[in-house]
Amino acid sequence: MGAAEKLAEMTQEQLVQYLLRLGDNTLVLGHRVSEWCGKSPVLEEDIALANTALDLLGQTQLWLGRAADVQGEGKSADDLAFLRDVWDFRNVLLVELPNGDFGQTLMRQLLFDAYHAVLLAELVNSTDATISAIAEKASKEVAYHLERSRDTVIGLGDGTEESHNRMQAALDLLWPYVGEMFHSDAVDAAAVAAGIGPDPASLRPGFDAIVTAALAEATLVKPDSDFAHKGGRTGAMHTEHLGHMLCQMQWLQRAYPGNKW
Amino acid sequence: MTLPSTDQVWDWLHQVPDPEIPVISLTDLGIIRDVAFEGETCVVTVTPTYSGCPATSIINLDIETALRDHGLRDIELRRQLSPAWTTDWMTQEGRDKLAAYGIAPPQPAGGPDKCPHCGSHHVERLSQFGSTPCKAQWRCTDCLEPFDYFKCI
Ligand SMILES: [Zn+2]
Repeated sequence: MGAAEKLAEMTQEQLVQYLLRLGDNTLVLGHRVSEWCGKSPVLEEDIALANTALDLLGQTQLWLGRAADVQGEGKSADDLAFLRDVWDFRNVLLVELPNGDFGQTLMRQLLFDAYHAVLLAELVNSTDATISAIAEKASKEVAYHLERSRDTVIGLGDGTEESHNRMQAALDLLWPYVGEMFHSDAVDAAAVAAGIGPDPASLRPGFDAIVTAALAEATLVKPDSDFAHKGGRTGAMHTEHLGHMLCQMQWLQRAYPGNKW
Repeated sequence: MTLPSTDQVWDWLHQVPDPEIPVISLTDLGIIRDVAFEGETCVVTVTPTYSGCPATSIINLDIETALRDHGLRDIELRRQLSPAWTTDWMTQEGRDKLAAYGIAPPQPAGGPDKCPHCGSHHVERLSQFGSTPCKAQWRCTDCLEPFDYFKCI
């Protein structure tokens, strides 16, 4: 099939949903990580977290900008970020969970970075030229995020008794949120048929390779259960935490509609 | 009005400093990808360093201001994401200027070649990230001075 015929396999609405999933993951995680700004354990970590958040928000601008273009209703990336309510968000549940302590934040980052890196490497081959270009740009940034979250998780896991126990507790808490990232639905099937993006299930081996090696080096034990909380990326159900986060993130545009920097 | 040559426009852009590291210019940084005239309109194609780099909008404003100051009226800035910016596009002149300023220039090996202060090869990384998205923090184990390293991407 040619690229144009392939694209017909995905409806405009499905493509918008697909882009919202990409953009909402980076938006929500970017906001969560930015919550550390000014109160991280040490200055270097504060700067590193702020830079990671900045990369993620930059990627959000590109993904949601593309979503708004495809939607064709004259909206901007900012409109999508600040004027949608909880039930319209399509991020995985993992990224909306509260930060917890520094170790929990970095454990969440490792789990997301490993998924993100493997996903972006596939999206570079997308039939949509804009998706491909954004993925190419973002994957360079995410390689850095992954290097850092991996090193930090290993340092803390294979650290003191206190840091080790906290990292194991963080892993136990977050592991049930991993499965959702690899769960496929009709939107994903359409994306595969259209050559837009990969089947999420196909990303699991790449993710497992990165995470299993990192956890072994960190002397942490991967939980046995494959039970997975789901509903974020389909929009069926979010955790109670997302609404609270949006209150903080969106209040200015809600209180002063259309206000500009 | 008579339009300037594209070489002339490149020359003008070479005088525009990077807002975050003013010792190097936008052309040294390698983010200006093309200059062309479409009719009377001067089209400058710019690629971002990092997708969330807060300097991007300032850079666009600085380009427009500089070209207007040289008498150009119709200016269009185009964003190009692919191919993604790489530090390979930084000019040798830019690398030399960074080193003289105290920022270790990017190296394919992924770390600084030497301390920009004393020239020692004994250096260690403090953090993958630094004061701007494009830099990391390193330290010299001989003169003990910390320094910025321009990340190689
Ligand atoms: Zn030195």
